[in-house]
Amino acid sequence: MFHKYSKMDLVNIFIKSAFIENLVLSYFLGMCSYLAVSKTVKTAFGLGLAVIFVLGITIPINWLITTFLLSETGVFGHDFTFLRLILFIAVIASMVQLVEMVIEKFSPALYNSLGIFLPLITVNCAILGGSLFTVTREYTFGESVAFGLGGGFGWFLAIIAIAAIREKIRYSNIPAPLRGLGIAFIITGLMGIAFMSLLGIDPAAF
Amino acid sequence: MAETAVQEPKLKTQEPLFGTKERKLLIDPLNENNPITVQVLGICSALAVTSLVYPSVVMAIAVIFVLAFSNLFTSLLRKSIPKQVRMIVQLVIIASLVTVVELTLKAVNFEVYKQLSVFIGLIITNCIIMGRLEAFAMANRPWRSFLDGIGNGLGYGAILIVVALFRELFGKGSLFAGSSLEMKIIGPSTEYWLNSTNGWLSWYQNNNLMVLSGAAMFIIGIIIWIHRSWNPKLVDVS
Repeated sequence: MFHKYSKMDLVNIFIKSAFIENLVLSYFLGMCSYLAVSKTVKTAFGLGLAVIFVLGITIPINWLITTFLLSETGVFGHDFTFLRLILFIAVIASMVQLVEMVIEKFSPALYNSLGIFLPLITVNCAILGGSLFTVTREYTFGESVAFGLGGGFGWFLAIIAIAAIREKIRYSNIPAPLRGLGIAFIITGLMGIAFMSLLGIDPAAF
Repeated sequence: MAETAVQEPKLKTQEPLFGTKERKLLIDPLNENNPITVQVLGICSALAVTSLVYPSVVMAIAVIFVLAFSNLFTSLLRKSIPKQVRMIVQLVIIASLVTVVELTLKAVNFEVYKQLSVFIGLIITNCIIMGRLEAFAMANRPWRSFLDGIGNGLGYGAILIVVALFRELFGKGSLFAGSSLEMKIIGPSTEYWLNSTNGWLSWYQNNNLMVLSGAAMFIIGIIIWIHRSWNPKLVDVS
């Protein structure tokens, strides 16, 4: 489990999850908060940081739960996978709460800048999606840590990029019905295609 | 039966089970209050499944089921849920229903279950569901909440299926691939319906862009554009 050697090393997984299989741009995960909180770069930056943080923590924890509590080789010796969704969402909700309290205690400045975004992350599909992906892709512990951080970083990049673009186009002459949401969708589509060009850096392709 | 004979006099006039208000709950989410194009909820978990029509239909049915019943149960429990823990209670209701859907689909149609992979589980974090529970089911009676759930699920499913129709027809040339209704419409070989008579469409190539994730974005952007020019009330003024 901890010692399984994998062909892909951890850096590759990080790069892959951040750029090539970006959670927002190729899996549409976390779209709701991505569209709702990308009006200015400053708020997007806060939410992006919070997502990296929570993804980096919850994905390894959910990996531990799947491996040691829910699987047949785990502590209870029975297959409890039907409880997976409920446990994952409970872990995410409580981790978000915990992270919020810890940050408030140790770094009030960061807490103030993240503030309202932390509770929003509970229903950010990127977190639950990331946790479920580690199960379906059968990652090891180290890989799931790399995947969590990489996925969070990719999410962060995507939301900063769209926020910067939306700030720039605010005064552009866009057809009224397309203004706001419509154009944000089309820009996201173009960004997705742009990110696809990074497919060339996929180490598995060589 | 002596008990039925002594009926209490009804003080309140009985509201019709399916009146104009109820019809409005079902129709509104299809147009003026569409969860995807107007409320911008629930885009997260579903767009990735729209590259084929059949999984999208399954996904839409799953969301309608979960939305309707989580609305119903939350509405039944709404007076006994404490304010502070209501999020957790709602999440548990949703997660249990999603588990039911996931296990049922796994048993009934394993192929589609594999295609949808994590996205069935992601119905839990579908913002439409939490949004409707908070905005509607916590304040309304069970029957109306149930209808509201079905209405919003239909509005969501309609967009999902429209996007999937475009993506599958132009990306793969077929419709309903993977189901028993499979139709091959347009493509270079003669097994496709439009090309079957004398092969006049042999030059045709499917548009691979439609299979990529970006295409779903473009199509939804365009749907929003058309919807808002048709209904100028919805234009974003900010």
